[in-house]
Amino acid sequence: MSKQDSSFFIRRLHSLLGVIPLGVFLLQHLIVNNFATRGPEAFNIAAGIMGNLPFVLVLETFVIYLPILFHGIYGIYIAFTAKNNVGRYSTYRNWMFVIQRITGVIAFIFIAIHVYQTRFQVALGHEVNFDMMADILGNPFWLVFYIVSILSIVFHFANGLWSFMITWGITQSPKSQQVMSYVALAIFVIVSFIGIQTVFAFI
Amino acid sequence: MAETIKLSIKRQESPDASSYWEDFEIPYRPNMNVISALMEIQRNPVNSKGEKTTPVTWDMSCLEEVCGACSMVINGNARQSCTALIDQYEQPIKLEPMSTFPIVRDLQVDRSRMFDSLKRVKAWVPIDGTYDLGEGPRMPEKKRQVAYELSKCMTCGVCLEVCPNVNSKSEFMGAAPISQVRLFNLHPTGSMNKNERLDALMGKGGIAECGMAQNCVKACPKGIPLTTSIAAMQRETTFHMFKSFFGSDHEVE
Repeated sequence: MSKQDSSFFIRRLHSLLGVIPLGVFLLQHLIVNNFATRGPEAFNIAAGIMGNLPFVLVLETFVIYLPILFHGIYGIYIAFTAKNNVGRYSTYRNWMFVIQRITGVIAFIFIAIHVYQTRFQVALGHEVNFDMMADILGNPFWLVFYIVSILSIVFHFANGLWSFMITWGITQSPKSQQVMSYVALAIFVIVSFIGIQTVFAFI
Repeated sequence: MAETIKLSIKRQESPDASSYWEDFEIPYRPNMNVISALMEIQRNPVNSKGEKTTPVTWDMSCLEEVCGACSMVINGNARQSCTALIDQYEQPIKLEPMSTFPIVRDLQVDRSRMFDSLKRVKAWVPIDGTYDLGEGPRMPEKKRQVAYELSKCMTCGVCLEVCPNVNSKSEFMGAAPISQVRLFNLHPTGSMNKNERLDALMGKGGIAECGMAQNCVKACPKGIPLTTSIAAMQRETTFHMFKSFFGSDHEVE
């Protein structure tokens, strides 16, 4: 790396962390929470296992907290160095570019609030269970906020996979990038369904 | 009543002056382009209110869309003004400078940063030496065909103007120099120094700052596959990064 700038490495790291571990964590988190559709007991058992994993604090720190802080803070820097011009050049990909940045900022805000409402409360001695989530989502404001945020984060993940494939040099031709657009769209629809289904299970 | 052409031009006296819009109405002639309309204003610099004004400044050279000098934003789209035919535009035709670049005066901009980027990525084939190196390796025909498309780049700056990541807040070099690295790395002699160009692309403002809005490929007046070039160079730089890890002596294969 001697002849190369660290900025390249940092951008590649930002791209990698978005998928591994953050994308994998997102899928895992939405799928485990989907136990809520099988009733409060199923959810409480699943949440109990996840919350009481051996070395949970180490796992959380290295798999979630550090990657998300890096990806989020550096991502916000990237978002604010763009001069958006969809008004003048309103192509599909230019819109995706803008929405990727908007959803990234929404995700960052949501995650901060979500961690405060759940994980931080655990640190204060409360327990994450079905009732805790049912309380939060019983409030119409938080319900809408959670739905919008989940859709934003899943969009950010799906569209991020599309750009991940280019960043790492996997999809090169216009055709392969087009196919990846459809794959990303399918991922968005499927994962959104899993997330929204979970939200409504708490109501 | 004689037919006229209405033009609305964004003007600026000097690099630091503030900009303003001035309207012009000039007599219509068949087959005019934006340049001939600007020449008409130069000949008789009177605005639509009938006031005498300074002639509008712009850049031009070849007048056949191969030099790139006359690029400007016409009715919101960046392109060359020499091939912009008056009959194809809704009036008033709005002319603006490509504001991604420093404005010299009126529609004339300073595209030096593009040439600085070409120097930075070493967009040339080095052959100078102390003795005659003889003939280089032959170029395969299939590579030549790809290279020919890439060689159409005239450094006009349209791809930078339309890019949301090329602006005063970022140092991103834009699509053109990245595509030029692909061109010179395809060349059999040029590829002997490909590592130097890849290293340059991997610096600040380099390829990693592409945001993939893909406006560049849509806007390129020469139809250069810019996003394919960028993706190809993303692949090359990824390999180059892995091969260079942990103190490897990798230069070129």
